[in-house]
Amino acid sequence: MHKTALDARHRALGARMIPFAGWEMPVQYRGLVEEHHAVRTAAGLFDLSHMGELFVTGTEAAGALDYAIVTAPSTLAVGRAHYSMIVDEMGGVLDDLIVYRLGEARFMVVPNASNASVVAAALRERLARFDAILDDASMRTSLVAIQGPRAAEILQPFVDVDLKTIRYYSGTPTTACGVRAILARTGYTGEDGFELFVDWEDAVRVWDTLLEAGASRGLVPAGLGARDTLRLEAGMPLYGNELDRDTTPFEAGLGRLVSVSKTSDFVGRAALERSRGNPRKTLVGMKIEGRGIARIGYPLYLPGAADACGHVTSGTASPTLGFAIAMGYVPAGRSTQEGALEVGIRDQRATARGVPLPFYRRST
Amino acid sequence: MEIPDNLKYSSEHEWLAPSGKTAKVGITGYAAEHIGDIVFVELPKIGSSVTAGSPFGVIEAVKSVSELFAPVSGTVVSINERVAKEPELVSAEPYGAGWLIEIEMSNESEIAALKDSGGYRDLIASLPE
Repeated sequence: MHKTALDARHRALGARMIPFAGWEMPVQYRGLVEEHHAVRTAAGLFDLSHMGELFVTGTEAAGALDYAIVTAPSTLAVGRAHYSMIVDEMGGVLDDLIVYRLGEARFMVVPNASNASVVAAALRERLARFDAILDDASMRTSLVAIQGPRAAEILQPFVDVDLKTIRYYSGTPTTACGVRAILARTGYTGEDGFELFVDWEDAVRVWDTLLEAGASRGLVPAGLGARDTLRLEAGMPLYGNELDRDTTPFEAGLGRLVSVSKTSDFVGRAALERSRGNPRKTLVGMKIEGRGIARIGYPLYLPGAADACGHVTSGTASPTLGFAIAMGYVPAGRSTQEGALEVGIRDQRATARGVPLPFYRRST
Repeated sequence: MEIPDNLKYSSEHEWLAPSGKTAKVGITGYAAEHIGDIVFVELPKIGSSVTAGSPFGVIEAVKSVSELFAPVSGTVVSINERVAKEPELVSAEPYGAGWLIEIEMSNESEIAALKDSGGYRDLIASLPE
């Protein structure tokens, strides 16, 4: 089991540690709901050092990534980033990714911890016929994220750049808290926020600096529990829940990512062109009526039907909205306007009303 | 971690406070801490029967759902109506205002199978953090 560079800090803060994707990670410190609200109203500090960091460098790095993943990183301006996916030949999702263009011939690809080695292996294989090399820096790179409406004001004194000039979905090398960092305006919470990729040994300095500076502005350390409820309210998919090898980006409602206008071939193209017009299932957002909470794996039914037509992929009591929300797959073509579904919660059924995703969108 | 000496404990982290033929039941401080932010508690109806080791209700938290297991068999003679409206009481005062149900025991000898505070302390010490 891997420990992040901030392990001792988490324990000193009283975090409850859980095994997650081969890492010991904090699931919560003082309490999930308190941490969730802090991110929505002030700021939260996350240790995301378990995430992968894969650097792709070479004269053909851009073209190689265009071939390897569903988006077209060659169209990114230097300093910008986009959300993407890597699929297999059948169009099934191997992982969702954020791709940062750090230079003309240098990219950083960030996969989930649980898939970092799968993605690294797939990229290595796909990059082989290009002038591009992959450097898996996951075990020497820490990631500290500061997320929430007050993230920018807390972070600003500790970076060289004017944060007002850093656009959403960008990433740039700079100095932060006195150390070398890649500063990105990205996140997984539905709030404004920043992610700081730093060398392993610099993580404690960044963490301590921001935690101390932010305390008077409502910043709290936040764990994976709050991260999950925050991303779910924001309608963002989680690999292993909404995404897996049996799901295409079109089925997950993320077909817009697939760059069918790419002139060059890319892995999974033929299968994705078929899935585009013929998805097998559709991801829907649901509000659960009554007191039940629909959770992963619970069956979904057409009203009154005996047999399940789909299943819940994520569900929780939404701390921000005050009611239970869920995402799940139903047969393709069914829209959220077509009336309610039912969800089986233990031996009862609750009404699951279709609602558009995301459940929560920040006001600014 | 508070583990009152005057209670009996099950391996499923419920406590039992016997008083004559009836006994109050709740969850332990350890359980409350691990369940986290409780959203609601589903309790049985008064008059329903419960069986030692079998589920009698559930606690829904933000992160997870947990079944509640009866430490002893019997009939539910009262339920804590307050926790229906204020489920956070279960986290705040698991041994007090956050109690869950009161059972009229059908077989008081089942109490002997439960742990005392020392035995329960040993149990949670043996669990991964």
